[in-house]
Amino acid sequence: MLDDPIISVRGLVTRFGKHTVHDGLDLDVQRGEIIGIVGGSGTGKSVLLHAVVGLLKPAAGQITVFGENVRDTGADDYRRLRKRWGVMFQDGALFSSLNVQQNVEAPMREQLDLSPATRAALAAIKVRMVGLPENALQKMPSELSGGMRKRAGFARAIALDPEIVFLDEPTAGLDPIGAAAFDTLTAQLRRALGLTVFLVTHDLDSLHAICDRIAVLAEGRVLATGTMAQMQDIDHPWVQAYFKGPRARAALAQKEAS
Amino acid sequence: MITVLNCEISSRSLTLIKSVAVRKVYVGKMTTLSPLSANNATSGTLSVVDGVFVFEGDVLISTVERLNIGTGLAEAIDLSRVKRLDTAGAWAVVSLERRLKSAGLFPSITGTSQMQADLIETLRQNMPEADQHNIRHLTLADRFEAIGRLAVSSVQKAMALVGFLGQVVATIMGLIVRPSRIRWTAIVHHMQQVGLNAVPIVSLMAFLIGVVLAFQGAAQLRQFGAEVFVVDLIAISILRELGILLTAIIVAGRSGSAFTAAIGSMKMREEIDAMRTLGLDPVEVLVVPRVVALIIMLPVLGVIANLAGLVGGAMMSWIELGVSPGVFQSRLASNTGVWHLGVGMLKAPFFALIIGIVGCFEGMQVKGNAESLGHLTSTSVVLSIFLVITADAMFSIFFAVMGV
Repeated sequence: MLDDPIISVRGLVTRFGKHTVHDGLDLDVQRGEIIGIVGGSGTGKSVLLHAVVGLLKPAAGQITVFGENVRDTGADDYRRLRKRWGVMFQDGALFSSLNVQQNVEAPMREQLDLSPATRAALAAIKVRMVGLPENALQKMPSELSGGMRKRAGFARAIALDPEIVFLDEPTAGLDPIGAAAFDTLTAQLRRALGLTVFLVTHDLDSLHAICDRIAVLAEGRVLATGTMAQMQDIDHPWVQAYFKGPRARAALAQKEAS
Repeated sequence: MITVLNCEISSRSLTLIKSVAVRKVYVGKMTTLSPLSANNATSGTLSVVDGVFVFEGDVLISTVERLNIGTGLAEAIDLSRVKRLDTAGAWAVVSLERRLKSAGLFPSITGTSQMQADLIETLRQNMPEADQHNIRHLTLADRFEAIGRLAVSSVQKAMALVGFLGQVVATIMGLIVRPSRIRWTAIVHHMQQVGLNAVPIVSLMAFLIGVVLAFQGAAQLRQFGAEVFVVDLIAISILRELGILLTAIIVAGRSGSAFTAAIGSMKMREEIDAMRTLGLDPVEVLVVPRVVALIIMLPVLGVIANLAGLVGGAMMSWIELGVSPGVFQSRLASNTGVWHLGVGMLKAPFFALIIGIVGCFEGMQVKGNAESLGHLTSTSVVLSIFLVITADAMFSIFFAVMGV
């Protein structure tokens, strides 16, 4: 458990124009854990995710995933690295011109040389693993509800059995039942596939239910990391407001009642 | 964790949770069971040894197709020599197990780690029973049905378009009765957008058309020594047809698409619904100002295009044929009837109405997704250009019959 972190961010600085989002941010993610990234709006949670998966060039700092530097890799190294993680964007980000099956097959088609029958069989399995009905395979993304799109996006993210899955606000915009189901799904797949999950979220219920550790982003850096219980004791106004506000108490009460 | 489960997740997921909940220390094992490391993957193999299927090495998605799971019969499957197993590998194992079961055997899977057993159990629950390859091929009847549907939907769309036209005209009439409701600011704003801002592109286009006509006309007319008729050629074709037609086409591409995109994105963000709940009529607020601005500005743009075309033609005639601007002007005044200009200008408001109505109508058809916005924007341009040219052809016949 306490060997080298699977993701390590050191001294990350990102800027948009004159606006500094991250100012010397450090973060370690251990293999096999579900880490929840929380923070107020505009504290750069999604920006951090984009920087870690290499979609955004930070102004300074070092990001290593699987011990390899993400920033200065060549195209081939990056492609090899990319095979080992999956990303689910907000609202799934499914390719709108492809149906669900083709979406899930897309990474297999690009990265591997599989026969169409094998691809179809594996895609069908992944789609069922994320709890979508069989008839969803042939549907276009525009025919799916928000929750189903997120699930299909998850299926695409785990299509190649990645080691890390990045989830960007997976429960935002879902009803409480759908959100709880998605949390359960995340925990299940983490166990079944041995995933490390990098979870950007606002959802206190998700944090309670599935996160092993929580990292709080504020003031351009990671203010604190720790379990949900440890968060209660951190003496910072924002953290106090977030984890001891009325909604947090409700989530805690629900957790204790269950 | 398990208690959160009163929901969407079905019973098969429940069994999955039960199967994995037994094992609590999975995190510690994770380091030894890295699921898929693309580098240093040794190819997995499958062999039958003493009546046992033996999987060996890394049974991963990249190598799973090389395993021969389709032949051989044995009572047991041994995974003890497997180094790494991913979903695809587990799929191969479960497929093999299913095949053996269907052959009447009762295979046992041995030598799995807890994690691998969980994965295989997950696969058992999530693998469809049989490969369903029910891709229907299109029959002749299907193709006829598609044609029929297309025809019906075209007619329905035409009816809806005419209905929309009626709605807009009725709204305009209502506004004439109650002029205080007219939104002058919006009309002037759109007049600037569709009119003033289009002047450079429209005049450049018409200028070049004049140049081309003079150049091509001169080459032909010179053969007969009838160079001076190039003036008539340019004047009649530009004033009567090309000036206004090409202006309408440019405006359709420029402003018609902008109307569709603007109204369509408002529709997507539910702004149109918000307007209705506030008691505002979207046709009155959004459509009428755009259509009216276009009806006012398209004739103006047509006049500018005519002027630019004539200037271009005169310039090229002077350079190419030595027809001086003075001669060009006097010949234009003496030989070209004013009705040529009249015919062109008469068509302008109708073209404007077509472009405005089609652009706004398609914008109103946009559904919730961004794909339909792009699709309808291009449809709007194609349809309005098509309708403008059709109308132009009908005007030509009409004026020919009337002898104008």
